Amino acid sequence: MSALSGTVDTARARPADALAAWARRNAWDLGLVGFLVGLLVFTKLIQPSYGVPGVQGLAISVLPLALAAVAQAIVVLSGGIDLSLGSMMALVNVVAATQMQGQSEEFGVAVVLGALLLGLALGAVNGSLIVLTRVPDIVVTLAMSFVWAGFALLVLPTPGGGSAKWLPELVTGSLGNEWIPKAAVVLIIVVALIWIPVRRSWLGLSLYAIGSNRLAAFRSGVSVGRTRILAYTLMGLFAALGGLSLTASTGIGIPVPGPYTLLSVAAVVLGGVSLAGGRGSVFGPILGVIILQLIRTDMTFLDVDTNLATVLQGLILIGVVMIGSLVQIRASRA
Amino acid sequence: MTLITTDLLLEATGISKTYGAVVALRSASLAVRPGEVHALMGANGAGKSTLLKILTGAVRPDEGTITVRGRQRTVHSPAEARRGGIVSVYQEPALIPDLDIRSNLRLTETPVEPFRHWLGELGMEDLDLSSMARRVPLASLRIIDLARALAIEPDVLMLDEITAALPANLTERVLEVVGRQRGGDRSVIFISHRMIEIAAVCDRATVLREGKTVGVVDVTQGSEERIVELMLGQIVEDMAAIAERTAGSPKASGSTPRLTARGLSSGTKLHDVSFDIQPGEVLGVVALEGQGQDELFDILAGSERPAGGELLVDGSPVSFRHPADAIRAGLVYVAADRAEALLMQRSVRENIALPLTTRIRHWGLIDLAAEGHTVQAAVARLQIDARAGGEVRRLSGGNQQKVTIARWVAGGVHTMLCFDPTRGIDIRTKQQIYLLLRDLAEAGAAVLLYTSELKEVQLVCDRAIVIFGGRVVAEIGVADADEPALLRAAYNLRVDAPMPEDVAGEAVAGVVAAAQESTDAGAERGLPVSDG
Amino acid sequence: MSGLASASGAPNPWLTAAAWRGLFRDRPMIPLLGLLAVLVVISDLVRPGIVSPEWVSVILRAAVLLAILAGCQTLTMLTGGIDLSVGAVASMSGFVVASFAAGAGTPTGIVVALVAAALAGFVTGIGVGVFRVHPLIMTLGMSFVILGLANVWQLQSVVTSTGVPPAFRWLGSQAFADVVPFSLLVFLPVAGLILVALKLTGYGRLLYAIGDNPVAARLSGARSWQVLVVLYVVSALLAAVAGFLYSGYTNVASVTLVDSAVLPSVAAAVIGGTSILGGRGGYGGTIVGTLILTVISSLLSSLGYPEAVRQILFGTIIVAVAAAYTRVTGEA
Repeated sequence: MSALSGTVDTARARPADALAAWARRNAWDLGLVGFLVGLLVFTKLIQPSYGVPGVQGLAISVLPLALAAVAQAIVVLSGGIDLSLGSMMALVNVVAATQMQGQSEEFGVAVVLGALLLGLALGAVNGSLIVLTRVPDIVVTLAMSFVWAGFALLVLPTPGGGSAKWLPELVTGSLGNEWIPKAAVVLIIVVALIWIPVRRSWLGLSLYAIGSNRLAAFRSGVSVGRTRILAYTLMGLFAALGGLSLTASTGIGIPVPGPYTLLSVAAVVLGGVSLAGGRGSVFGPILGVIILQLIRTDMTFLDVDTNLATVLQGLILIGVVMIGSLVQIRASRA
Repeated sequence: MTLITTDLLLEATGISKTYGAVVALRSASLAVRPGEVHALMGANGAGKSTLLKILTGAVRPDEGTITVRGRQRTVHSPAEARRGGIVSVYQEPALIPDLDIRSNLRLTETPVEPFRHWLGELGMEDLDLSSMARRVPLASLRIIDLARALAIEPDVLMLDEITAALPANLTERVLEVVGRQRGGDRSVIFISHRMIEIAAVCDRATVLREGKTVGVVDVTQGSEERIVELMLGQIVEDMAAIAERTAGSPKASGSTPRLTARGLSSGTKLHDVSFDIQPGEVLGVVALEGQGQDELFDILAGSERPAGGELLVDGSPVSFRHPADAIRAGLVYVAADRAEALLMQRSVRENIALPLTTRIRHWGLIDLAAEGHTVQAAVARLQIDARAGGEVRRLSGGNQQKVTIARWVAGGVHTMLCFDPTRGIDIRTKQQIYLLLRDLAEAGAAVLLYTSELKEVQLVCDRAIVIFGGRVVAEIGVADADEPALLRAAYNLRVDAPMPEDVAGEAVAGVVAAAQESTDAGAERGLPVSDG
Repeated sequence: MSGLASASGAPNPWLTAAAWRGLFRDRPMIPLLGLLAVLVVISDLVRPGIVSPEWVSVILRAAVLLAILAGCQTLTMLTGGIDLSVGAVASMSGFVVASFAAGAGTPTGIVVALVAAALAGFVTGIGVGVFRVHPLIMTLGMSFVILGLANVWQLQSVVTSTGVPPAFRWLGSQAFADVVPFSLLVFLPVAGLILVALKLTGYGRLLYAIGDNPVAARLSGARSWQVLVVLYVVSALLAAVAGFLYSGYTNVASVTLVDSAVLPSVAAAVIGGTSILGGRGGYGGTIVGTLILTVISSLLSSLGYPEAVRQILFGTIIVAVAAAYTRVTGEA
């Protein structure tokens, strides 16, 4: 009977309680926002000249990694992980760069659409292999990271290629107010147009469901295999966007995978997404990416060796996870 | 008016299923008529849950056919079964922990209003739909799961031990609602261990034993005897030998107890639990599900630290921070869940020898000859069939359980903590395990035995303590520890008080009468009537 | 299921799918060695006469390096972990020795490198074993930390022209009579130790036990944090040794030298039959897996295929082999 008191207490929650509940549920994201604001203030303090160019630079440098973090977050939420993300981005990057080189601006649009389709296909291949072979995600995607990187090298053996002019212009500069960098707008639009509808749909629910408890999801009528494939497919789309953002920011194609795979995992963890799946959102990881980048910037302002910034990145990653698992260990004891 | 014939709503024939070497179902059949509440009965491990999973498509049978309304069906997934009108409420609620209740409803495409209606019927109208499933207590989750299943009005609703772990008032409501399902053209398949519930709400019962359907019984006055007989088979005669051993064993004297618990407590689950076990004694622990016995064993095995109280081993106080400490003090633990205790991919030998290498000073080279002898002796003593011993997961359930015990017998037993060690294993192995426990006791070991099968307490134990709501509420000598006495004690009732199930049964009786009337009314209209 | 059905009816049980499956499950070394033999034969067919003592020597010199790193992966994967910091640790160790070679001397450098590696492994082990951080994250984070610190060291160390010590060059790239690589002097004892540790010691048993079922291991009295701390220290020390040989093999001292070998090292262990989920596998298979990967590389480069094709083939093989393992072991 006491077993039921929990539900009775929370019944018919008042708005204030609802707000408190919302805050409790999004505590991690709110904490990250608070930390980011603090960090921005700190940045302004140590570098009073930090302003529009700084924010612009931050937005552009963050864009590929933010898209990678969203891609990784989707897969991790569904209970998987994708170690081929960086290779996928490189492949899309070089395909776009080789196809757009010397072509008309209009053809560039077709290339971009094609690149997005390519991303979907790459993701679908990863997901299908995982589901069909029943090999752990980590092994399949590790292997596929070789395959996609190999294809990238086949497409373009050395850095080169080009880009339609409108593509870099899409992400550089600002929109309306000089404080609103285009890159940030692009990121927001992309996430709002693709992720939010999915999140609210039945697919989004199933995606969280298979990450949270695969057996319960199966028994609730979710087709686990199909949903996993769709999660990877969606990840492929964001990986393609990340790859295109690389083409946009560099203007060329680089066939070597950047550090995006590992950094995206770091960002996902920092962003409060449980590596076990089912818990978190894609917004936390985006905040995580911005924070990681801003710390790097601050360290240059402070004249700290940039290598120590790498050390700090590692320490933050470990520290956050350690605190997270300590909290979990305590919670399970209580 | 269309006349509905008495055709079966659901029929399953010749279903068999094996998991590796473990045979879950040999040749099970089940026939459910429209409008009946059909009980599926069987001892632990008889195959009820597997049959249920097969019917809902969660597991695929090796052989057998399933027909729904006369049409043959192969169901590949719960989603498909649901579309075909078959819905199951499992023992573990199928709610996604990280989604709120409303999202869980959306996920299963459950209409909210009927769900609310059924929640109300089940006595939980206060539920906040925006609470995370993770934060809702288990009993409430089961009710939510049931309401969700009722809300989509399935043709066949399967309930697997729905009343287990429910408080009495909710049990009553659930039985009432289930009873009301009779007489329409839908059916309920009802799995329960509680005979009184079966008698109250079910029309017919199919009895499974060791994966086979051994009988179908109309539930009437006095049919319980028949059901029990079918369920148990030969068990009573086979076990008699053990009872003799128990009766013949020398009773504990006034020496220092092997293990003494003084006022153990743990959170809200365990309060002031005290008892002691003498050398050479088998002490039974009797409790309904979730009365704190799990926490008690976790504390004794060193997995959890008590919030208060003290433990004495051979008269001197001990405190465990890790299972290794308990093992060093001589307390070894045999778990019910073999998946928790075994290295499934490793050999019988490695499994049995595991405790021998856990301490740092045994990390070096293994004396293979000595280890081989120890393992051989343990295998022989427990009569383990180790032919498929390269990987423990290929052994049968009974042999697997023997391996978990052999691990400790190999090193000589001081005190053994057995948590439902015979769950889901065959009768022969059960007998062997009980004989072994008696042997150990005769050799001077102390044994603490929790078993969910009350019948067996009297066979094996010298004495039993009863835990209810986290407290020791009774201590019963072997002579008085028959099933009714233990059950009363487990419900924390005085010997002459009515059983809560009787209370629930009375409450249900009214409903049943009402349902019966509607059934009769249905019969007049040409609806099928169960012969129950 | 179809395999089982045919097993009952087929006249010769050795030709049935079930029999093959049993062989693959119980003696994975046999099909692996078969695959290796086939690859060697193919090498000789496409380039007649290429298979010679010298060719074997070249293969071995490359394989030894990868095999040691794959040893780190085998040990950690048996416990259900993974060690992605081996690249950073190995590169760091090679670089540290090189930076000491001109000044304080190679022996000092080796000691400093080993101590640094052990310290890194200890921190990783504490993170994984005590704080229960997922090994993937922990080792990933540690590789950032190690790389960063190594870079700082690079800037701090006044030695401008860091040279790989001659002893390492000799060990890593020379061979007895140009046939038997000197690196075997290091590898054979290391491999022997790993094989014995896994098969014949209590510690090895615990690695398998923790990977197979951590709860069962705990209930049997194993304190997994002790095992894991030792494990990650050992793994880091092995990585350091591999780093010494790598710097000798390539005659390069760089803080990112070995990074590209991390994923292949995991691949070698996977191909060799070690389950990334823990509890199953061994070092023998890993060694064969390493040889398979190395022979494929050399075959492809002898055919003039670009690096790209090698990578694609690598990836495909890993998926195919892992799928085959899952198929034969993942039933029950």
